[in-house]
Amino acid sequence: MSVAPQERGKGAPQERGKRAPQERGKVVPQGRTLLPVVVHAPRGVGHLRGDESFPDAARGALADTQLRRNLGHATATIRDKRAKVVGEVDDWEALRTAGKAIKDHTMARLPELLTQLEANVTAAGGVVHWARDATEANQIVTRLVAETGSREVVKVKSMATQEIALNEALADAGIEAFETDLAELIVQLGDDKPSHILVPAIHKNRAEIRELFARTLPGVDPELTDDPAALAGAARQHLRERFLTAKVGISGANFAVADTGTLSVVESEGNGRMCLTLPETLITVMGIEKLVPTWQDLEVFLQLLPRSSTGERMNPYTSLWTGVHEGDGPQSFHLVLLDNGRTAVLADEAGRETLNCIRCSACLNVCPVYERAGGHAYGSVYPGPIGAILSPQLTGIEDNASLPYASTLCGACYEVCPVKIDIPSILVHLRAEHVEAQRETRRVPTAEAISMAAASWTMADASRWEKAQTASRAGRLLGRRRDKDAGRIRSLPGPLAAWTAARDAPRPPAETFRQWWARDRGADT
Amino acid sequence: MAGRPRVALLVTCLADTLFPDVGKASVAVLERLGCEVVFPAAQTCCGQAHINTGYQRDALPLVRGFVETFEGFDAVVAPSGSCVGSVRHQHAIVARRFGDEALAQRAEGLAARTYELSEYLVDVLGVTDVGASYPHTVTYHPTCHSLRMLGVGDKPLALLRAVHGLQLVELPAAEECCGFGGTFAVKNADTSTAMLADKMSAVLTTGAEVCAASDSSCLMHIGGGLSRLKTGVRTVHLAEILASTDDVPAGVA
Ligand code: SF4
Repeated sequence: MSVAPQERGKGAPQERGKRAPQERGKVVPQGRTLLPVVVHAPRGVGHLRGDESFPDAARGALADTQLRRNLGHATATIRDKRAKVVGEVDDWEALRTAGKAIKDHTMARLPELLTQLEANVTAAGGVVHWARDATEANQIVTRLVAETGSREVVKVKSMATQEIALNEALADAGIEAFETDLAELIVQLGDDKPSHILVPAIHKNRAEIRELFARTLPGVDPELTDDPAALAGAARQHLRERFLTAKVGISGANFAVADTGTLSVVESEGNGRMCLTLPETLITVMGIEKLVPTWQDLEVFLQLLPRSSTGERMNPYTSLWTGVHEGDGPQSFHLVLLDNGRTAVLADEAGRETLNCIRCSACLNVCPVYERAGGHAYGSVYPGPIGAILSPQLTGIEDNASLPYASTLCGACYEVCPVKIDIPSILVHLRAEHVEAQRETRRVPTAEAISMAAASWTMADASRWEKAQTASRAGRLLGRRRDKDAGRIRSLPGPLAAWTAARDAPRPPAETFRQWWARDRGADT
Repeated sequence: MAGRPRVALLVTCLADTLFPDVGKASVAVLERLGCEVVFPAAQTCCGQAHINTGYQRDALPLVRGFVETFEGFDAVVAPSGSCVGSVRHQHAIVARRFGDEALAQRAEGLAARTYELSEYLVDVLGVTDVGASYPHTVTYHPTCHSLRMLGVGDKPLALLRAVHGLQLVELPAAEECCGFGGTFAVKNADTSTAMLADKMSAVLTTGAEVCAASDSSCLMHIGGGLSRLKTGVRTVHLAEILASTDDVPAGVA
C-alpha cells in the first residue's frame, strides 16, 4: 500500500489535479491502502544512508579514545537513571504490554485512523498534507514557508525533519532554519551530524561544546566556562531573539491522537513550547506511524516515554494542541504526514512492529555495539538497534545491507524497549531478506553463501558430518608452534584471520564427543 | 518423578567437535543424578549459525533433522543456552518462512521439551546441589541467550553456590555481551574485540582463576582472548564444574 500525497482541508489548494480529494467525513481508505506497491524512501534525498558500511565506519570511531569516553560515560549515566525510575513502577511490564497492544492495533488500522486524524485536524482548523516521500515533504514545507514571506524558521528537534534533510532543502530555497534544542543546536553549529535520537550531540563533551560556542556564537562571553548551566545560558541568549522574531515554527510530533486531531510534543528544555506557541504559522512534519487511536491512549505513552527516554518520571514540557484557536497560539497550522518508506515497513508482517517505536532511545543506551561504535557508524539519522532495523526497511535492505549485522543479538534492546519491539528477531529476519535478495540478484553466489550451503549439506547427514569432523582434525596440525602452546591456535587463514587477530582459537581435540560415546558406550542409539 | 528420567543429549556441533569434555561432563552430571542419557547419533547441528547469518533456507534441513532426531524423546538437554534459544524461538519461524506449518508445529512441540542444562537440573529435576566439588575461585558470565532468550535467571548461580569448595566472585557488568555474536566476531571484528576487551577486564578485576559460562561459543571467545593475552585465567563450562568431584576432579583446561 502507499499513502497518496494529497492536500485537503480548510482553504488548501488542491495539488496534482488528477487525484480527486475524498469527501471529508467519508472514510474510503481502500483506494489507497491496498495497493500492493512497496515504495522505499528514495535515494539522493534525506539522511537514511551512510557512505560506508558499518564495520568500516565503526573502525574510526573505535579508535577515537575521546569519543569512546564521552559515549561510555553518557550512556552509562542515562542507563542507570532509566533503570532506577523504571524500577519504581510496579506495573511497568503491564504498561509495556499495553503500549505494544495499542501500537499493534494502530498499525493494523493505520489507513482508517489516519483518515480520522485528517478529518479531526481539518475540523479544528488545521490543514493536512500527505507526503509520499522526503522530496514531497520538503517541497510542501518549503512552499508553505515561502508563502508566509518569512526567510527564517525556528525548529523543535525532530527526527522526521532530520530524516528528510529539511534544513538543507530550506537552505536551498534561501530559508534559514534555527535549531532550538540545545543538543541539536550544537550539532548545527558544528556542521555535524546527530549521533543519538534523544541527545544528538552525545558524542561531544562539555569542553568540546564550550570551544564550539566560543567559536561560533556571535557575541558570546569570552570567559564562557564549560559549566553545563553556563553553556545552556549562552545558547538561551542566542536563541531568545529568534523565538521572539520568528514567524514560522517547524516541529515533529511524538504523538497524534486520531479521535481528537490533537498533536503532541514532549521535551525537556521549553524551547519546544516556545516554537509551538509563539510563531504565527506552525508546520508539523510527522511520520504516519506516530498515531495513537484515542486521547486515553496517551496515558500509557506519557508514562512509558519519559522514564525510558531521559530517565525522568515525567517530562518537563508536554505540549498538546488541536488545530488553531483565535487569539491563542499560531493562527495557521499545517500537518505534513510523511510516508517515506513506512508503508513498505507496514507491508512486511515480520518487520511491521518496527513502526511501533516511540523513539525513546533506550535501546541505544543499553546497546554494547552502539556504546562503542557511536551513532555516526550507522550512517542513517536513526542509530543503534532501532536504526539497524528501521533504516534498512525504509530504504530497502540493499541500501543499508550491513546494518542488520551490526549486532551480536544479545537482546539487551528488546529487554528495555517500552513497546516490546523484538529487535533481535527482526534483525535475523532482515539478514534472511538480505541473503535471499542476494541469491536472487547475483549470478555468482558469495563465498559465504557457498560455505553456508556446503555446511548445510554436510550437517544434514550425520555420517557426512562425522567425516567432516575427522577432516577438520587435520587442523590439529594447523599453525603448530614450538612453544608448547599445544591447545591453542594463534593464526588461522582466510576470513577466520579476523578471529585470530585478537583471540586464540582452540585446537581440535584428538577425539570428538561422538567418537568418545561410540568407544565408551559401545553402541549408537 | 516416576521411574528413571530418560534424557536425550543435544551435545551441539561445537562441543561435539571442539569441546568434547563439555559433552562428557553433561553426561556425567545427568547420570550422577539418576538420568538415563541417550546420545542420538543422527544429530548434527541446530542450525543457529545459519539462521543468525541469514541462511534460513540452508537451515531448514537442519531444523527438520533436529525435529526428526529428537521428536521421540520426553526431554532434550543441551549444554548451551544459545542452541536451546534457537530451538525454542527460531525453529518454528524458519519452518513457517518456507510454508511448512506441519514442521513448525512439530518444532514447537519439541521446543517445549528442550532444556538448557541448568534449567533441566533446577526446574525439572529440582536439584541445586549436584554433589560436585571444585576448589577454585570462579566468576560467572551469564551469556546473553541464557539470560535474555531463555530467562534462566540465577539458576546457574544457584548450582555453583552449592558446589563444594567453590568460591564464587561476582562479575562486574556481568549481563553485558562478551562481543561474540557468531559471525559478528568476524564481520564486525573491531567492535567485537572492543567488547571482548571490556569483558576481559571485568573478569580480571574479580581475581578469579576461572571464568565459567554455559555456552561453549562465548567461552571460546572469552577464553581465546584471555589466552592470547596470557592472563592465566582459564574458561570452563558450567557442566565441567558440576561434573567435578573429589574423586574425579575436572581436568585443567
Ligand atoms: S525501538 Fe523501542 S527502545 Fe528503541 S527507540 Fe524505539 S521504542 Fe525506544
